Amino acid sequence: MQGVGPAVCLGNDIDTDVIIAGRYLRTKDRSVWAEHAFEDLDPTLAGRLSGAIIVAGKNMGCGSSREQAVVALREAGVVGVVAPSFARIFFRNAINVGLPAIEAEVVCTDGAHVAFDLDAGWVEVDGERYPARPLSEKMVAILRAGGLAPYWRSCR
Amino acid sequence: MSTLSERILGAPAGAYVDREVDIAFAHDGTGLLTREALREMEVERLPHPERLRLIFDHIVPANTGMTATLQAELREYARSSGIELSDAGGGICHQVMSEGVVRPGMIAVGADSHTCTLGALGAFATGMGATDMAAIWASGATWFRVPETIAVRLSGRLDGAAEPKDVALAYVAKLGMEGATYRALEFVGDGAAGISMDGRLTLSNMAVETGAKAGIFYADGVTVRYLAEYGVTASPQTPEDCRYEREVDIDLSGIVPLVAVPPRVDTVREAEEVAGTHLDQVLVGTCTNGRYDDLAQFARVVRGKRVAVRTLVVPASRAVLARAIASGVLADIVDAGCMVMPPGCGPCLGAHAGVLGEGEVCLSTANRNFKNRMGVGGDIYLSSAATAAASALAGEIAVPEAV
Ligand code: SF4
Repeated sequence: MQGVGPAVCLGNDIDTDVIIAGRYLRTKDRSVWAEHAFEDLDPTLAGRLSGAIIVAGKNMGCGSSREQAVVALREAGVVGVVAPSFARIFFRNAINVGLPAIEAEVVCTDGAHVAFDLDAGWVEVDGERYPARPLSEKMVAILRAGGLAPYWRSCR
Repeated sequence: MSTLSERILGAPAGAYVDREVDIAFAHDGTGLLTREALREMEVERLPHPERLRLIFDHIVPANTGMTATLQAELREYARSSGIELSDAGGGICHQVMSEGVVRPGMIAVGADSHTCTLGALGAFATGMGATDMAAIWASGATWFRVPETIAVRLSGRLDGAAEPKDVALAYVAKLGMEGATYRALEFVGDGAAGISMDGRLTLSNMAVETGAKAGIFYADGVTVRYLAEYGVTASPQTPEDCRYEREVDIDLSGIVPLVAVPPRVDTVREAEEVAGTHLDQVLVGTCTNGRYDDLAQFARVVRGKRVAVRTLVVPASRAVLARAIASGVLADIVDAGCMVMPPGCGPCLGAHAGVLGEGEVCLSTANRNFKNRMGVGGDIYLSSAATAAASALAGEIAVPEAV
């Protein structure tokens, strides 16, 4: 499982309220979440997410269990999220919707060229290679299937 | 020798295990996504509907036509699939589950991050996302990584005007917002026995604010008596002499009223230091402090006086509301000029009633003060019910008097 894209750098403790605010939750229209992602942090950010790799600080995705946070990022076209640590529900949710969440400590500058290879266990930023914590076999299988729902269907 | 998480999950810390769950619930928000995921997974029949619950609490009663329609769909789904529904007005999911449903030794999962609240009852309780929940509803089981445990060792007794919420803010400040990520907390030590079940629920509730997966008390006499009130028989759990990854000591007698200042829950000051901060709204309620003890504390302070700022009081459940009516606590709250809202999450997540305006400041008894959580441009301070009461009377943050 691999991915490449320009880096969008974020700080520590990015919470799910910042990723998608509570006021946008009451809809089934996923494009709304993508459009308003990170609105309270930086309203221009949503426009830069397509094809990008988010490189966040520690405790990425802390706060509520809202799955809309990871769906928003996936719908916005985010290729993967790299962080030294994730809030555990966000981490599970990301895998479950098919969004690669990669635990690695990297040095990030906005727009840097980021690449990752989950099977080999590394992340590269502008050619500099960093180790990534390996995922369990099952998590990789879920990611490969595109998320837990398609994985479930394929297992039946 | 095992921690309580290891005992309940039946494996040592670090192991990945597949386990049947005893109770799995979702609310009106996450329930919709769970329903969607089940549809996507093409699951028709749920094998164990008796273990599942749907609880409407986040936006109750519905605020728009769209919310009402979505809730009606979910209501119909609960009916057709045999899931017990606690409809609007019944209360907050964690509170409803604490009232005789979750018991010591159970594995409970909820599609809400504050499911850790239920650890107060000696259960392994943790939050999940909606797709995980859908897979659990479809199969009855899920995977866990057995967590390492950090002990929060409580000694002494609370005195003065300090409340369990102040203890919660104290340990969150000590551990920090990611100090316990992927870990479980166990509240142990002689001081634990002196904390009521309402107080334990407050302490367990905020475990997730340190990144923890669970926040657990061992069931004891307090637990057994609490559950007996709901007609449930339970037995105490005896702690074993286990190895904790880390220990944090808190002397309860040294705790004073505390306040978390925006926008981080781990930025905690003595109420004294921020006294005088102007307030536009006070909120008493939520899954952290909307229980009977909290309402009674609040009423004790405001009884016979008038609040100086708009004050919203939201009982955590219908049972809490009924008890507050029966004891006269509710009348005191209403007479003091507060608005009483229907049991539920109320303004906690800024999704409907009680939203803050630009530049407004709220003192809330909730657990999160993230930027814009209660409305764009609003600031949130977090405190106990007693501090909220003293502050509501003053119209600014004020230190409550000792009892
Ligand atoms: S009261 Fe607030 S924190 Fe608790 S479940 Fe409801 S929205 Fe979440």
